[in-house]
Amino acid sequence: MTPQERNRKLALSDEILLSIEKPARYIGGEINMVKKDPSKVEIRFCMCFPDVYEIGMSHLGIQILYDMFNQREDVYCERVYSPWVDLDSIMREQKIPLFALESQQPVKDFDFLGITLQYEMCYTNILQILDLSGIPLKAKDRTKEHPFVIGGGPCAYNPEPIADFFDIFYIGEGETVYDELLDACKDWKKSGASRMDFLKRAAQIEGLYIPQFYEVSYYEDGTIQEFVPVVKEAPEKIQKQVERDMSKTYYPEKPLVPYIKVTQDRVVLEIQRGCIRGCRFCQAGMLYRPIRPRNVEFLKQRAGAMLQATGHDEISLSSLSSSDYKELPELVYWLIENFQEKGVNISLPSLRIDAFALDVMSKIQDIRKSSLTFAPEAGSQRMRNVINKGLTEEVILKGAKDAFLSGWNRVKLYFMLGLPGETEEDIAQIAVLSDKIAREYYEVPKEQRNGKVNIVTSTSIFVPKPFTPFQWSPMVSKEEAREKRFFLLDEIKAQRNAKSIKYNCHDADVSELEGIFARGDRKLCDVILQAYGSGCIYDAWSEYFQYDKWAEAFSEHQVEMDFYIKRERREDEIFPWDFIDIGVSKAFLLREYHQAKKEQVTPNCRAKCAGCGAAKFGCDVCMEVREGGEKE
Amino acid sequence: MKARLKFSKTGSMRFIGHLDVMRYFQKAFRRAGIAISYSQGFSPHQLMSFASPLGIGLSSDAEYLDVVLEDEAQAKNFLSRINEVMNEEITVKDFMVLEEAAKTSMAVLAACDYLITVKPGKESFLTDTTKRTGALERFAARELVEILKKTKRSEKLVDIRENIYFLTDRQEAFEEFTGISYGELSIDTTEYIPVLYCQLTAGSVVNIKPELMLEALCGQEGEEYNWLSYQIHRLEMYADVTAKKGEVHTLHGEMPCRLVPLSNFGKREGVW
Repeated sequence: MTPQERNRKLALSDEILLSIEKPARYIGGEINMVKKDPSKVEIRFCMCFPDVYEIGMSHLGIQILYDMFNQREDVYCERVYSPWVDLDSIMREQKIPLFALESQQPVKDFDFLGITLQYEMCYTNILQILDLSGIPLKAKDRTKEHPFVIGGGPCAYNPEPIADFFDIFYIGEGETVYDELLDACKDWKKSGASRMDFLKRAAQIEGLYIPQFYEVSYYEDGTIQEFVPVVKEAPEKIQKQVERDMSKTYYPEKPLVPYIKVTQDRVVLEIQRGCIRGCRFCQAGMLYRPIRPRNVEFLKQRAGAMLQATGHDEISLSSLSSSDYKELPELVYWLIENFQEKGVNISLPSLRIDAFALDVMSKIQDIRKSSLTFAPEAGSQRMRNVINKGLTEEVILKGAKDAFLSGWNRVKLYFMLGLPGETEEDIAQIAVLSDKIAREYYEVPKEQRNGKVNIVTSTSIFVPKPFTPFQWSPMVSKEEAREKRFFLLDEIKAQRNAKSIKYNCHDADVSELEGIFARGDRKLCDVILQAYGSGCIYDAWSEYFQYDKWAEAFSEHQVEMDFYIKRERREDEIFPWDFIDIGVSKAFLLREYHQAKKEQVTPNCRAKCAGCGAAKFGCDVCMEVREGGEKE
Repeated sequence: MKARLKFSKTGSMRFIGHLDVMRYFQKAFRRAGIAISYSQGFSPHQLMSFASPLGIGLSSDAEYLDVVLEDEAQAKNFLSRINEVMNEEITVKDFMVLEEAAKTSMAVLAACDYLITVKPGKESFLTDTTKRTGALERFAARELVEILKKTKRSEKLVDIRENIYFLTDRQEAFEEFTGISYGELSIDTTEYIPVLYCQLTAGSVVNIKPELMLEALCGQEGEEYNWLSYQIHRLEMYADVTAKKGEVHTLHGEMPCRLVPLSNFGKREGVW
């Protein structure tokens, strides 16, 4: 092979690459990268994670879609991530258009730019991507020369705060209707029809939302009066897309392997999608209903193939609640038996601490170095009932005690502050529970202990999300959040084992903005545009978050922050996201909101069907005969 | 079983740092199903070491990596197995099984050969034959080649005259001096204009970066040294078979070194 054939042409000059941090973020060429001749495909799709490379490369969803798209010979799917601030300013100064990693060619020449929306604080980064690509920021200003900008992922379930910037939103799981969209695009390109014609065709594909085809009117108080389609092709309701058979669908066998260390530097095996638990604060728990486990043999095959094709020395099982996967012991012991000797580590997040978990953990971890993780989410049993978190103090203390007897001495605890109806007593119980775990440790005979106990208690601020029973709830202001934190800190200091408890907390300014965007409406588009214009970018990174500029943008556009966070919403209020049908009904969510106020728990899906509405998808647990049966 | 790999690193892989190359090889060995021995102790890791880290931006046809293989079976068809799972811009070119008593390439490294080229679209007085010849003549006549060595604490002037074993602008002359035919290089010499070839002291005690020598040469001619104009390409690495641990013998010193390319140690498959 000659040097010309071997060495890839790069979009950035050596000068630039040698003057920025981590140039490997921009060169592509990773192991298992798909190589195609861009001139020989019909559709060019650029997949984007609007954050820095190390974060974006750790995302499973893009790996699944990248593999799925590239299985089509007529499509070349490439990737792009947010240029870090150092390169950002060089690209603006030298007018270098944003390019995809594979071909190193400009994004603006692609047919689609697909942006995954994983968290609200990436919204200014979306504008950066569009801006650097040379794509007009607002969808209505784009012409046939520009790619269609399509958004997907969890934040697409309330796309309204960023509606102006997208041509299309894909609502739901990517495995289902992308083929239809790509085929429609091929036809359209041959037809010579207008950009608008294509969007009208796309509007007729189930699950696709074209924001410019809808009009919103408001009451004087700012709430929505009407949300209606204005073209006949656009449906009133958008159906969430669900992959019904998780064992007969796309899942990569050869994931990309980056050169630099990324956040998730391991094989990720999604063992199931969805969750049976029904925690009332959890958006994912509602969005991905019903639970859909993958076949254990399918998982074993993929695990082996991915470890072989990547050379990673770690595999992580991913799901919302691993312990609810029925064949978990079979899968985990199989992994240990087949890969542990080859030096492969196995990591198991979201595991309930029980006898099985302790046995597995003692086999796969170094007890001296690893810690136990509990997520009680709330300190008091009363509050855990409110949020429907079925973890009791008894279970936590028993799990901790068993672990201490086996040699562990580190515990991590996760809680939320600012849950609906929270009292000082509920907060104080966070400190008490942390202390009880420490006391449990000192109950263990001294000779069986492994030094001192080390407890890390972390709190985040509760952010009410759409499609949860708490979508009607007010959110605490950042001032209240601060008071709660100080109160908790004092309570922890007053405990007997205070010295063994370390307290961590989350930034309240960022949480407040996250809360606004989570349940925001179209009026926020201009606020986001202005904040970006005044220099906001990488808002998810505390060193770049500029609260003052955001506050300024809100006041300039006369948009009240309090409107989005402080009020308890009326039960008959039309929400900006109501046009989306996720299967789980608004009536069920409201019923759950009432149950929460009554401190009543609702059993999990396997114990008893609560009639949420997800049964319409006709899969897995919804089809089992259980107590309760159908209600809707 | 100890073994040594020689590999090239070019093109976009120039921007992958040393630690990432280490991680890259760890994963490549796993993909190829080649079992590397692990260290004992608290945090076991694969037993592997590089002769000398290559700075970001530099390219090479002669990087060396020493590994400990689990058993002899791992050595079979090593080159084809590993190259099947490699990026084209990092290619393993040679593989040697070492004696059990062999010292690591890092421990024995004594000198390196470099090719200095001018990058496409860049200007340098060195592309002008007359200016280059004159500069090399004046450089050869110098008694002192002082460079400013910067450490975290201090800066001091160091004479590197005796550490420059050979410097020429002619490939044939360089190949005659080193006794090596470098063959087809992985750097594209139609785009990158070769201007200088040099052999310099290297290793853990004294390590002379080619950039320092180039800067001294530019300074001598009153030319500005713009590091971004030059692509430096490593051609070979050597051990000094006369040196004991911690000793540095230069080529023209009282006890001259005897340099042997790192690939001349051990045995190749088919030979043993």
